[in-house]
Amino acid sequence: MSRYFEKSVAITGFGQSKLYRKPTVYPFNLATDACLLAIEDAGLTPADIDGIACWPGTQVGVGHGNSSASTTDLKNSLGLKLNWYSSGTGPAQYASIVNAIGAIAAGYCNHVLCYRAEGERWVPTYGRAFADGSMPVASGFQEWMLPYWAPSAANWIGLHADLHMRETGISREQMAMIPINQRKNAALNPNAVYREPLSLDEYMSSRIITTPFCIYDCDVPIDGSAAVVISRLDAARDLRQKPLRFEAVGCALHDHESWFGRSDWPNMALNDAAKMMWDRTDLKPADVDTAHLYDGFTWLTILWLEALGLTKRGETGAFLEGGKRIALDGELPLNTNGGQLSEGRLHAFNHLGEAIRQLRGQAGERQVKDVNVSVCGAGGGVFGASLLLTRD
Amino acid sequence: MPPRPLPVINEMNQHFWCGGADGRLHIQQCAACKTWHHPYVAACSACRSRDLAPQPVSGRGTILAVTINHQPWFPSVPVPYALALVELEEQRDIRLMTNIQGLEADAVKPGLAVKVCFEQHGDIFVPLFEPA
Repeated sequence: MSRYFEKSVAITGFGQSKLYRKPTVYPFNLATDACLLAIEDAGLTPADIDGIACWPGTQVGVGHGNSSASTTDLKNSLGLKLNWYSSGTGPAQYASIVNAIGAIAAGYCNHVLCYRAEGERWVPTYGRAFADGSMPVASGFQEWMLPYWAPSAANWIGLHADLHMRETGISREQMAMIPINQRKNAALNPNAVYREPLSLDEYMSSRIITTPFCIYDCDVPIDGSAAVVISRLDAARDLRQKPLRFEAVGCALHDHESWFGRSDWPNMALNDAAKMMWDRTDLKPADVDTAHLYDGFTWLTILWLEALGLTKRGETGAFLEGGKRIALDGELPLNTNGGQLSEGRLHAFNHLGEAIRQLRGQAGERQVKDVNVSVCGAGGGVFGASLLLTRD
Repeated sequence: MPPRPLPVINEMNQHFWCGGADGRLHIQQCAACKTWHHPYVAACSACRSRDLAPQPVSGRGTILAVTINHQPWFPSVPVPYALALVELEEQRDIRLMTNIQGLEADAVKPGLAVKVCFEQHGDIFVPLFEPA
């Protein structure tokens, strides 16, 4: 057995709920849908699931908001008999998966259910939440942001983009190729919230959120959920789907956990994660057939491309120019489901779902030919995690 | 002046948010190796010393990066407004999110030399910056 134990862990099931732009179905029910769909996709039943993990997932008894299904409430709903369970902070939006791989490698579990549950549309957030002139308490890492009216990651990442764009010359026109390409992909994805084409003119004339980002650089908040079943590889090979393997995981944090205080700023935690991932495999960036990279903001996709060595810092703008290289038939098909910018914000779990479909050959009209290796990246700023997936 | 979200003061953040009562910005410093730390640490990550204390800094710095915020996250705060990342002259990695007083949003530019100033909210003196 390799010393890199993720190589003996498989992905066996994936499920995704319906996604809603407006409050429609109570978000906890959407998380339950996603979990049951993932278990069924694997050819398992809830009785087979012996582990559950969620990031961040700590609000017991609350089925809405930015973590709309606790492991406690889901365990009780699904009647699971657990050997292991985990929720809370960790390596970005893939913390549950990183942790579940560890639980399987340690022999605690055979099949772990990992999920992300989004219910932020159910309750008012910024703008509507403070329409009465009230102000939130500045706590946690937001202590250093909120007193300056900088509540959004768009603001923090906007500062990063300002520096990087001045240093490397990436233009807004080049950045626009990410959302424009993803809308083309979303046209082929019936689950996507936005499927109409986006033109460069529409992008350039749309309203600015915080410079240099316009509305099309920001992902689409939705109520919805996605779940994945992670299994011991030797318990995965006789299930419903052909298993996919974790070739390598990156989840490192080698400097201050801080948006601006890293000694190597403007590097982010995602640079640590990407390096760790490539250190654990013989595969190289050139082996990647499809990339599914976090797009909470387009800027994070650019940073993931560079961190993973798929493009070089200083050359990413030229790589994106015209959009052909990142198209479905390009040299590096990127965010082939439309990503969070078009399908909706499922915090990298819909990116993972799309990687699974592409590797299984189940992506329908948007299937890329001969996909053997896919990479997923989640997060930015203080945390990051990446997954290199292959067919078994 | 529009309201600001404010922190709850505790032993870890009191020097930063309340230290401006004397007109100076206070940052934690290692007595052994003189490394500055923000936010609070209980041991120096550079030399592992436990001998740390808040000390006044010059208050001078440089704007590293700027974003002009147009989104009305807080409807009581007029937009657009500038958000600036300021690096203190004492140490490269002491970087603060802040607002710049005395300039229109579009005049806030990277490279500008700035100095600290404060906006009082009760016991809290919110550190802000203005052109040096």
